[in-house]
Amino acid sequence: MMVAMELPFVPERASSMAAQTDYLFYALCALTLVMLAVVFLPMFFFLYRYRKGNDVDRTPNHFKTWKIELVWSVIPLAVVMGIFFWGAGLYVRLKTPPPDKDTLEINVVGKQWMWNLQHPEGKRELNELHVPLGRTVRLLMTSQDVIHDFYVPAFRTKQDVVPGRYTEQWFKATKTGSFHLFCSKLCGMGHSDMVGWVTVMTPSDYQRWQNEGGVQASLAARGERLFRSLGCSGCHGENGLVRAPSLAGLYGHPVPLDTGEIVTADDRYIHDSILLPQRQIVASYAPVMPSYEGQISEEEVFQLVQYIKSLASEAPDEYLRQNLDVPGQTQKRISPTQNVPPGATPGPTEYAPPGSTPVPAPTPPFQPQPTAY
Amino acid sequence: MQAQATVRLPDGAHPTNYLNKETTIRSWLLTTDHKRIALLYLFTIIFFFIIAAVAAALMRAELLTPKGDLVLSETYNKLFTIHGVLMVWFFLVPSIPTVLGNFLIPMMIGARDLAFPKLNLLSWYILATAGAIVLYSVTAGGVDVGWTFYTPLSTKFSNEHVMVMAFGIFLSGFSSILTGLNFIISIHRMRAPGLTWMRLPLFVWSLYATSLIMVLATPVLATAMLLIVVERLWGVGIFDPSLGGDPVLFQHLFWFYSHPAVYIMILPGFGVVSEIITCFSRKRIFGYRFIAFASMAIAILGFMVWGHHMFVSSQSLYTGMVFSFLSFLIAIPSGIKVFNWTMTLYKGSISFETPMLYVLGFIGLFTVGGLTGLFVAALATDVHLTDTYFVVAHFHYIMVGGMVLAFMGGLHFWWPKMTGRLYPEPMGQLSALTTFIGFNLTFFPQFILGYLGMPRRYHAYPPEFQVWNVLSTAGATILAAGYLMPMIYLPWSLWWGKRAGNNPWSATGLEWQTPSPPPEHNFDQTPLVTEEPYGYPLAATTHNRHTEGRQREMEHA
Repeated sequence: MMVAMELPFVPERASSMAAQTDYLFYALCALTLVMLAVVFLPMFFFLYRYRKGNDVDRTPNHFKTWKIELVWSVIPLAVVMGIFFWGAGLYVRLKTPPPDKDTLEINVVGKQWMWNLQHPEGKRELNELHVPLGRTVRLLMTSQDVIHDFYVPAFRTKQDVVPGRYTEQWFKATKTGSFHLFCSKLCGMGHSDMVGWVTVMTPSDYQRWQNEGGVQASLAARGERLFRSLGCSGCHGENGLVRAPSLAGLYGHPVPLDTGEIVTADDRYIHDSILLPQRQIVASYAPVMPSYEGQISEEEVFQLVQYIKSLASEAPDEYLRQNLDVPGQTQKRISPTQNVPPGATPGPTEYAPPGSTPVPAPTPPFQPQPTAY
Repeated sequence: MQAQATVRLPDGAHPTNYLNKETTIRSWLLTTDHKRIALLYLFTIIFFFIIAAVAAALMRAELLTPKGDLVLSETYNKLFTIHGVLMVWFFLVPSIPTVLGNFLIPMMIGARDLAFPKLNLLSWYILATAGAIVLYSVTAGGVDVGWTFYTPLSTKFSNEHVMVMAFGIFLSGFSSILTGLNFIISIHRMRAPGLTWMRLPLFVWSLYATSLIMVLATPVLATAMLLIVVERLWGVGIFDPSLGGDPVLFQHLFWFYSHPAVYIMILPGFGVVSEIITCFSRKRIFGYRFIAFASMAIAILGFMVWGHHMFVSSQSLYTGMVFSFLSFLIAIPSGIKVFNWTMTLYKGSISFETPMLYVLGFIGLFTVGGLTGLFVAALATDVHLTDTYFVVAHFHYIMVGGMVLAFMGGLHFWWPKMTGRLYPEPMGQLSALTTFIGFNLTFFPQFILGYLGMPRRYHAYPPEFQVWNVLSTAGATILAAGYLMPMIYLPWSLWWGKRAGNNPWSATGLEWQTPSPPPEHNFDQTPLVTEEPYGYPLAATTHNRHTEGRQREMEHA
């Protein structure tokens, strides 16, 4: 049965970036029309005037071809460079969340074929995301299986959700209502079922929604529970049996590796240390941690990351005090393979960063990181 | 059959030509004649085209209604996979190069055949075998990962037929590489005396650029496909993050080939347009050098823009910017071509035969396709538009609106040469018009769908998108009629078409100086080239490097 069909032309506009993306889109539409006119008005004129049998002047002109070629190379070049800078400028803003204090961070896990969303206060949702109006929302996303893509057309944002990586996107909703959430990267049989809704609510409605169903354990609290039940605390806890790096104050701080590199302990680092512990070994520690690959889900990894993050705020300088020498002391690089015979319980760390460089400033959480391997 | 090879029949046909010299099936399957191999390719790619078009028709039928009610979602995924794989690797990539290129390059450069005739036959066998392998993977169970084969979907989360199909594509690459090599060497080594580089027809220039891409880019595709098989068979961690691999690495490898492949699919079309537009305006091409060098510029720049397929893939901000910048640069040589074609019409004496109508359609659709490319080259708009129907519409304007129309134009233009027969002209004009209208009705609504946010590869969709989908499907039926007409009247003309004579369009070019159909050896004597191509009576300007060069030469003589 045919029902009356809508005839939409413009998608809903519900985020702070939507209008600006649309302006660029409309500018490009206008440019397209102008260029079509520039090409096709003369073309139709020529086709009509110089049609076969029409008696008009066809004597050759006297001009140098290269001059006219230069004109139609340089002018379009200038125009497209303008478009490039416009598009790139907007892209930087699309990729850089505003440094708002009240930013809401939501953890997203894509899996065949559903969206798992975890709010920091503990609410968990499936294929539906509730967010408050006018507040910056940052999504930290990963996938349990294949590549997905979190796409909300009304917000004009889209970002692939890649297994083994954390990707992120942000938006600030400017309109209440429910908006389509699509997976826009082919992810298998149920690709077109991997859809949902993003519901934007007024802050008071959002608060009411948050409180529905009683108080929930926060993500960090869930993470702490996992930390104990999975046995992480057996080594990383205060009275660990095996020597393992302390996690207090770890998040956001530099970590020296046994390769001599120094990396920042961001979400990705913690994620990989849990699932692929052999990939990056902290200097002077034995590579003895077992992998949790296949044993815990990406949602649980998120909870652990939240827990470890919460440790950072409790003891911000603890990690530095424990793991890095005070600059200026005698530098001595100790090879972990020499220093740590299997089974041995070595003494306190003696590691100093090579070159005695001052400790890099801690990276604030969720800065966009170039995620190339 | 007596030795009367030098006797011309009244209508210009050789008593024996490449078609009737031998007629056994064996003589076709073991031929090394570039003209016969071109026809073998023609039948092969039309066969694949029909299968892929039927898959597209089923998809359009499914999308008539928002619910996925005609085929299962898995079937739908298999349909667009087979549509993409066959259309890209077994129709578009080989289309103009292997059919028109094979037929025309030796004739345009005044040679008897390509440099390596046996290799030429081998490349057809490779393509046919590869196509058979791909079709086997479809009948054996089908592949539902899309023509892009993104990992880890194609490595860990799909059936084993993926490997079979990947192997088929891997194999088809060798056909491309061998064809490219053959063209490059023939163009370098086998040009007739006097046929300098600046006297080459632009069709040859564009196929030279195409061949370079085929030879340089295809091995990377082969590598990517092989790595999928290696990871699946031996569990080597290349793309799988749980084995320490990187799923995005595959996208880099894939697009390093597949973006240049877009130019494999459009540059030959540029060549056809340049040939036809001069012929039907009876005028020299405007800006010969600029068109020739624009082809080379596109071929080179085409290698440096692959990352624009990955702006939302988690590639870094600055990588995105570099690729966006380089992508905008490609607009310039593409624009140069369109402007030069327009200026070629200026002060011409224009007639509107079928090939010309197809070519005018090409210019319109390619221009729309190119300009909408700016939307997806611009970073911020691409974030919204990528992976939606906007992208689908954009690349169909280039590949179907561009390459298919150019292929049809070229096929109609050289059909009299290939077969010695003329097709019914009004039918040809009607088919060009129907294709143009049907194409726009099919794909223009998809631009709007994409802007509205409808993701591509969706088997079911929210009801508010329905009206545009219905329009698109309606357009597809008209487009299908546009394709069907030539499939009827072209074969019809083989028996009942008027005899074409040597040069029905009064075109320049060495290929038109032979009988139609040409004899097996193409030319009775090796031709001597004494002037630039496109020696048509009209010219836009007297200040033309070529005419100047010719004047100098004449003075010299």
